[in-house]
Amino acid sequence: MVSPNSPETTGAPGKPGSPRTLNDVVIRLAGNSQDGIQAIGGFLARLAGRSAQEVMTYMTIPSTISGGPSIFQVRMGTGDIQSSGDRADVLVAFYQHSYESHRSSLRPGGVLLYDSDHVQPNLDDKGITAVGVPMTSATVEAVGGSSKEKGKNIYVLGLLARMFDLDVAKLTALIKERFSGKNEDIVRNALLAFDAGHAYPAEGLRDCLYQLDRRTPSPGARPQITTDGNTALAYGLIAAGVRYGAGYPITPWSSIMETLRVELPKYGGLFVQCEDEIAAISTALGFSYGGNLAVTGSSGPGLSLKAEALGWAVMAEIPLIVVNVQRGGPSTGLPTNIEQSDLMQAIYGSHGDAPRVVLAPRTVEDCFYTALEAARLAREFSTPVIILTDQALATRIEAFDEPDLERLMVTVKADLSPRPVGFKPYPLNGPTRHAPPGSIMEDGKYPTVTGLEHDELGHPTANPALHASMTVKRREKIKAVAATYKAPPVFGDQSGDLLLLGWGCTFGPIHEAVGRLQASGLKVGHLQIRHIHPLRSDLEQVMAHYKHIRVIEINDEGLYGFGQLTTLLRARYCNPEIQSITKTDGLTFRVSEIVELVAKNLGITSIKSARAQSVLAPPTRG
Amino acid sequence: MSAPTLAPAPDAPRAPLTKKALTADHPTWCPGCGDFAVLASFYKVLEKLNYPQEKIVTFAGIGCSSRFPYFVNSHGGHYIHGRALPFAAGISLGRDDLHVFVFGGDGDGFSIGGNHLVHTARKNPRLTYVIMDNSVYGLTKKQTSPTSPLGFKSKTDPWGAFDQPINPMRTLINSGATFVARSHATQVNHMVEMMHRAAQHDGFSVVEILSECVEFFPGAFDTSIPRKGGTFQAIDLKKNDGSPEDATRHDPTDELAAFQLALEPWPGKFGVYYENKTRPTKNALEQKLIANTREKTKNASDLDLLQKTFAKMR
Repeated sequence: MVSPNSPETTGAPGKPGSPRTLNDVVIRLAGNSQDGIQAIGGFLARLAGRSAQEVMTYMTIPSTISGGPSIFQVRMGTGDIQSSGDRADVLVAFYQHSYESHRSSLRPGGVLLYDSDHVQPNLDDKGITAVGVPMTSATVEAVGGSSKEKGKNIYVLGLLARMFDLDVAKLTALIKERFSGKNEDIVRNALLAFDAGHAYPAEGLRDCLYQLDRRTPSPGARPQITTDGNTALAYGLIAAGVRYGAGYPITPWSSIMETLRVELPKYGGLFVQCEDEIAAISTALGFSYGGNLAVTGSSGPGLSLKAEALGWAVMAEIPLIVVNVQRGGPSTGLPTNIEQSDLMQAIYGSHGDAPRVVLAPRTVEDCFYTALEAARLAREFSTPVIILTDQALATRIEAFDEPDLERLMVTVKADLSPRPVGFKPYPLNGPTRHAPPGSIMEDGKYPTVTGLEHDELGHPTANPALHASMTVKRREKIKAVAATYKAPPVFGDQSGDLLLLGWGCTFGPIHEAVGRLQASGLKVGHLQIRHIHPLRSDLEQVMAHYKHIRVIEINDEGLYGFGQLTTLLRARYCNPEIQSITKTDGLTFRVSEIVELVAKNLGITSIKSARAQSVLAPPTRG
Repeated sequence: MSAPTLAPAPDAPRAPLTKKALTADHPTWCPGCGDFAVLASFYKVLEKLNYPQEKIVTFAGIGCSSRFPYFVNSHGGHYIHGRALPFAAGISLGRDDLHVFVFGGDGDGFSIGGNHLVHTARKNPRLTYVIMDNSVYGLTKKQTSPTSPLGFKSKTDPWGAFDQPINPMRTLINSGATFVARSHATQVNHMVEMMHRAAQHDGFSVVEILSECVEFFPGAFDTSIPRKGGTFQAIDLKKNDGSPEDATRHDPTDELAAFQLALEPWPGKFGVYYENKTRPTKNALEQKLIANTREKTKNASDLDLLQKTFAKMR
């Protein structure tokens, strides 16, 4: 092993074996996509979840199928962690390119943990502690046999367990669980690699030994679970009683479809992989027409293909859940990056006056609850509901309270009871209630569902007055949805200088930015809007309590200078104080980015700078 | 599959299904349209099948013939252009207790819906598809359709069409449809027989019916109408009676023979081209998957299953 530690850090206090205690730490792992970087991140995230620590992770997957750079950032800590952290305290670099691309993400005083078999760091770099470990050769030595360097990721997991005094018993259990069902050799090799990493001599790690503050869970607290947004959404749909669906593969939607295809048969349902996006929404609508609420989904381009059928669903008033896991657009765009640029499409995409419900989950946990709300609204209002999630929520891992399923599980069976004489599926003065096929019509007249304008029985008509009144019926129905919302309260100051509005995955960074802006004397509130369409009815009153309103969005400011939600809010409330802060670099907002952009936008100069120094920096140096 | 609840007990004996009970809105087709005869034949088929009325579902895409479901008093409806098949597959797969019929034209089925036709055939869901082929876009008033013959003068090919038309039988056999038949709107008994057989087939069954558009392509199918000087050549199906003449009859389970029939020159033959009774339906395969999966979970309740899943995420 090389020993490139700079003279400054070698003199730092803290002998090997006497760890310092930390509140939270940000670890960035950088390698290639076949290195199992995500697996390390996943183990750390799940470990933290099991230890009742809040976890946030941040992951990029390049759109190349195999090979190419990949990173995973995990933040573990005991506080109220809402974002993945702007910059890292530890950078694990597998290759020279990983080191070179990500060195700048390391905070001053942070630790560079690099594979000395592949990386030659700049030894004059004094601002950090560089620790070289021969990760590749040590793994080969530990595992032996023909598996070569496979297991390097687990070796690194062992190293990190050593550095941060992580719970080895829990990690070992997680490794066994993860590889259970596979070849016994695989489990054995993984444990060998882990043990070798963990047994790395303390002297080799110098003074890089720490301990995360352990929080004792409050009595009666629900156990924590750790998962990503797409998984939370898929199981939310199952909890909501959705048993049928259809889809077509597209990144980053596919994992929801894969989960449902495997899971739904266990619940007596089924998910169909269709020939294309249009067939997928059509098959899902066929399921719904049969009396069982169904789901379809996609990402940006796929939603464009589904738009005509969505218009039919609005006209025929068929309940349906449509998931859009947004990515960078237009067209194939940035398939593995985050962007929030499908909002207008979600609300207005299709043709004609086609009102529908649009919900946007804010966190991984919220993906679960949004699915429940979407299903409730789809059934209650017999309408398509779009869940507008995004690539960042889809792939990142968070820990949250295990949902109380006994209270939340929904069981709904198709209502095939005979319909009395005079039954009308589309009454002008009441909610639309379909009679699914199989229901006997006691007056002998069977209903039709159609995309043509129709009368209360569903029969086509071109009567102009009826088109006008049916258009009103469909519009008022969606307006009435807002009355059923349980909208969350404003976070932070309830009135004052600035209200930060956001939607989707920006929840965490905006949440943290509030504290930083408040520290500079501003009175700041934050509202993350889950109910995109229709908007919650009290939004105007909420906004009236603030001098400035800034909407944080990951999309373009457009021809007129406003992001998509901002455009909508300005049109709705005619309030010139509603302004946008937008960006389109394909990445989630960092806390510091929001703080700086808001400060610049409002002309504030007194903003306190963020924690620049890593928590791992030796105390003598600041 | 979650069994639908609240279904009425099928105890009381019912009066047989009649044309009167099955008649709904008055058809909007032009006088003389071939589709009237298809509708009349379909009523007869339903009378013969005598399904419980509430279990019949008729659906369609867009086009003149796709108005069909409005004229049948059953559950059903009118979907978007070309996509009725995947919609109907959803109905059939989600509700195995229903009898699903899809109606459409040549533009709906072979042009905008071509991809769905191929893939529905591949997946083999239990449903019956009746294509009323008039070889022209009628609802939009005379454009070239995917089955318009070479030289057909339409508003989009005033000089005569030169794109090669689709051969429906060949397309369907090639796609793996498990029941493929062809009929003619001037032959009521033949239509009734074909649709009746199709409805009883366990899988995706298709009947293409040549149905003249008197407005935009009159005389299109005269070569197969005896009273107009043509000949209606029905397919003589193998009886497996060992007789010498049986050797020359068509075996509908023989895919190659079906292809050969499909390649005969226009107007070709009418009857059952192909029938595959051995390939399982998607309905059956999905049900088997569900049954096997449920067995593995030991029929655990939905709540138990989901709680166990979440426990693994701890």
